[in-house]
Amino acid sequence: MENSRRKFLKVAGASALGMGMAGTAVRAIASGSGNKPKTMKNDNALTAKHWGMVIDTRKFKSHKDVQKLIDVCHKIHNVPDFEYLGEHKQQMHEIKWMWEEEYKHAFTDLNYKYVNKRVEHLPFLVLCNHCENPPCVKACPTKATFKRDDGIVSMDFHRCIGCRFCMAACPYGSRSFNFRDPRAALNLKEETVSGFPTRMKGVVEKCNFCAERLAIGKKPACVEASNGAIAFGDLEDPESDVRKLLESNYTIRRKQGMGTEPSVYYIV
Amino acid sequence: MNDKKLIITGVIIFIFILIFPFLYNLGGTTEFIDPVLSEKAKAAKFCVVPKEDMKVEHMQILDVWRDTVVRKGERVYVNSDGKKFTMSLSTGENSCLGCHNNKAEFCDRCHDYASVRPYCWDCHTDPKEIK
Ligand code: HEC
Ligand code: HEC
Ligand code: HEC
Repeated sequence: MENSRRKFLKVAGASALGMGMAGTAVRAIASGSGNKPKTMKNDNALTAKHWGMVIDTRKFKSHKDVQKLIDVCHKIHNVPDFEYLGEHKQQMHEIKWMWEEEYKHAFTDLNYKYVNKRVEHLPFLVLCNHCENPPCVKACPTKATFKRDDGIVSMDFHRCIGCRFCMAACPYGSRSFNFRDPRAALNLKEETVSGFPTRMKGVVEKCNFCAERLAIGKKPACVEASNGAIAFGDLEDPESDVRKLLESNYTIRRKQGMGTEPSVYYIV
Repeated sequence: MNDKKLIITGVIIFIFILIFPFLYNLGGTTEFIDPVLSEKAKAAKFCVVPKEDMKVEHMQILDVWRDTVVRKGERVYVNSDGKKFTMSLSTGENSCLGCHNNKAEFCDRCHDYASVRPYCWDCHTDPKEIK
């Protein structure tokens, strides 16, 4: 009875130690059956340090050549077309990942008083520039828009709260807001495709340089459909197609003066 | 006091409103119908993680998956047995709906019973429901 307190403490200490060890042991056994789960890229994924695009505008003759690529892009990404609903065009509701622009609107800073006649009326294909210094990323309060290590300015739709600060920040108008349920236009056309989710009312969207295709070893859909008019590659690799094109041709970028450093170049 | 009728009517209406939710639920089916495993899943035998873990953890797994895909650009999951899966809700053969290709009899059965309405389907599509 005298040293029962002492005994109790001994037993309690020993069992506490034992319980602690048992936990570790159980965990060791449980995880011993296999390896820790991990995640990785597909073996055939295309990777780069800085993805870039060179658009050879000399190879686009008419509206049709440009529209073909826009259609391909919008089709595979389930971009809705509200015009189809028979409504007259409401620019505010329009969703676009790629679109056609005139020289004077695309290159406002190069729109001199007298412009080359051919260039003036060329159909320019414009899209998100995947800037090196993307103002949209700085504006986004939830980090839904961010720049990936490979230079793609990406969007996490799960985090977008629809505040549209990014749209205000983007000097190129590359972003669209879903004022309406995009599925309303998609269902009617019965053209929703699998492979990429649709969006919902209340989120912003834009071109993603086909990140979902790069991940499975395919170049962006517009590049693939362009018959060589658009080159896509690593801007940091001196041996890449895009770098060779940039070295051998005179190119321009949109709103160079803004300091955003676009990754999309145009041969004119 | 000649408002007796009015008061009693009021009390009855009040009581009805009070118990309405319970009455409303009486008719509804609260019976749990077991989710059906698709033929494809049966053939595959295993889920991403063991069934019991999947039951309680699939929402967290999906949460990790979407972050990993969207933010890290990695789309392949290798489980502890070394089996590979496409980290996607519905794109590809090896995604959740690629294997569980019967969303209505599988995912929805559980969710309807538990009154869970994942908003994922506002954007993500069930390949079966579109062309
Ligand atoms: C606003 C639209 C939207 C909602 C809502 C949404 N997602 Fe997504 N999700 C996307 C888009 C867009 C992608 C990018 C697809 C890609 O890059 O292939 C994506 C990608 C994913 C991916 C990885 C790729 C794939 O194809 O599945 C997972 C996993 C995912 N989401 C899970 C979820 C879950 C779980 C929910 C619900 C809790 C959800 N998402 C809700 C739009 C959405
Ligand atoms: C390659 C096929 C395959 C893929 C991919 C797959 N599963 Fe499964 N899943 C199974 C099989 C087989 C079972 C039954 C396992 C068993 O009985 O031990 C199962 C079981 C489950 C269960 C438990 C069902 C129950 O009755 O308790 C849930 C929940 C589940 N899966 C969800 C998912 C989700 C969510 C995903 C995507 C993240 C997914 N599964 C991906 C094959 C798959
Ligand atoms: C065994 C029953 C069961 C099956 C089968 C099942 N789920 Fe669930 N799921 C649940 C329950 C229960 C919850 C709610 C858990 C909670 O709220 O804690 C849930 C929650 C979710 C959530 C999170 C929803 C939210 O709003 O937070 C997602 C996403 C989800 N399930 C996807 C799936 C998909 C995809 C499948 C089919 C491949 C599936 N589940 C199959 C029982 C199931």
